[in-house]
Amino acid sequence: MNVTVTPALALGDDALILSHRLGEWIGHAPVLEEEVALANIALDLLGQARVLLSIAGDEDELAYLREERQFRNLQLVEQPNGDFAHTIARQLYFSTCQELLYEHLAAGGSELAPLAAKAVKEVAYHRDHAEQWTLRLGDGTEESHRRMQHGLDALWRFTGELFEPVDGLDVPWSALHDTWTTRIGSLLRRATLTVPEGPKSGAWTAGAGRQGLHTEPFGRMLAEMQHLHRSHPGATW
Amino acid sequence: MVTPTALEAELRALAGAVPDPELPVLTLAELGVVREVRLTAPDRVEVELTPTYTGCPAVEAMSADIERALHDHGIPEVEVRTVLSPPWTTDDITAEGRRKLAEFGIAPPRPTGPAGGPVAVDLAIRCPHCGSTDTTLLSRFSSTACKALRRCESCREPFDHFKEL
Repeated sequence: MNVTVTPALALGDDALILSHRLGEWIGHAPVLEEEVALANIALDLLGQARVLLSIAGDEDELAYLREERQFRNLQLVEQPNGDFAHTIARQLYFSTCQELLYEHLAAGGSELAPLAAKAVKEVAYHRDHAEQWTLRLGDGTEESHRRMQHGLDALWRFTGELFEPVDGLDVPWSALHDTWTTRIGSLLRRATLTVPEGPKSGAWTAGAGRQGLHTEPFGRMLAEMQHLHRSHPGATW
Repeated sequence: MVTPTALEAELRALAGAVPDPELPVLTLAELGVVREVRLTAPDRVEVELTPTYTGCPAVEAMSADIERALHDHGIPEVEVRTVLSPPWTTDDITAEGRRKLAEFGIAPPRPTGPAGGPVAVDLAIRCPHCGSTDTTLLSRFSSTACKALRRCESCREPFDHFKEL
């Protein structure tokens, strides 16, 4: 299918793919309350994805019938869940950025403003949830500290892409990046964790997701996500 | 703004009286999600509905229930549109709605500031079972996106809190 790349598509793909990853926790989370929390965050993101992809085109066709290279999501959101700390690190990096981005879009007059104004309040809860867990795991036991630090370190190289300009979006990316860096830094210090060192992007991560270039686990995730729709075209319930 | 006709006011009351599919003690009017009911032709009504959360799965059931209620009242064509702006907040829940929530065992939301989003946790949340304010947060997310799970330290019962948005 032919797809026009728009900001709604890029941000819709971020929400859709992260929603799917979080949904993979259902039946596997460490405690029931967390299973419910991750499912609720996934549901909020799915709601955002439905609105955004409906601005971009037909939501079902876009979600279920595109090939891997036609998705414009960040590589960060497609990364596998790993352990619970890894999932929290991914959520912390993403939600902190998404809240800043939506705050900015909500104040503007674009077609994304109504969704951003609505969703930013939900995202504040996602960010808060990730922060509380980062503090608890970082300043918890030796084992929880080690795992939280590992998750943060492993995903650090995908964070540069969060602030790569998106065509058609008028956003002060570098100011957002500065605020994000300050917030993450101060939270990690409170959690007795270390801000990861090393580049925030590499040769193959700098803006690549927005160009349709994805990491190896993404194809497998999509195969699972799209399997039912592709196997039974037009099925309803 | 056009003043609603007597018929529109009547239809709005009908749409607003539809119970919430997930919290049937509340009506949609008490939840504050029915924004507008307009007659666009003698036999055609347009309803504007706003979701509590962007991903609220109850919106489709709400739309179908509103359509049914208005069809039953003799309106052949009903279109329910979902609108996001201005965003719904828990401040849109009416006083009667809050009273019913508490009676149903769900602690009602506290008033939000102008900024919305999470509210400072030091404002006491009262246990809907025994009335104690000695309650603690178990999880920010509960059986639905709009609720948090808490426990009362006095009567030891867990309860849902309609969290501020």
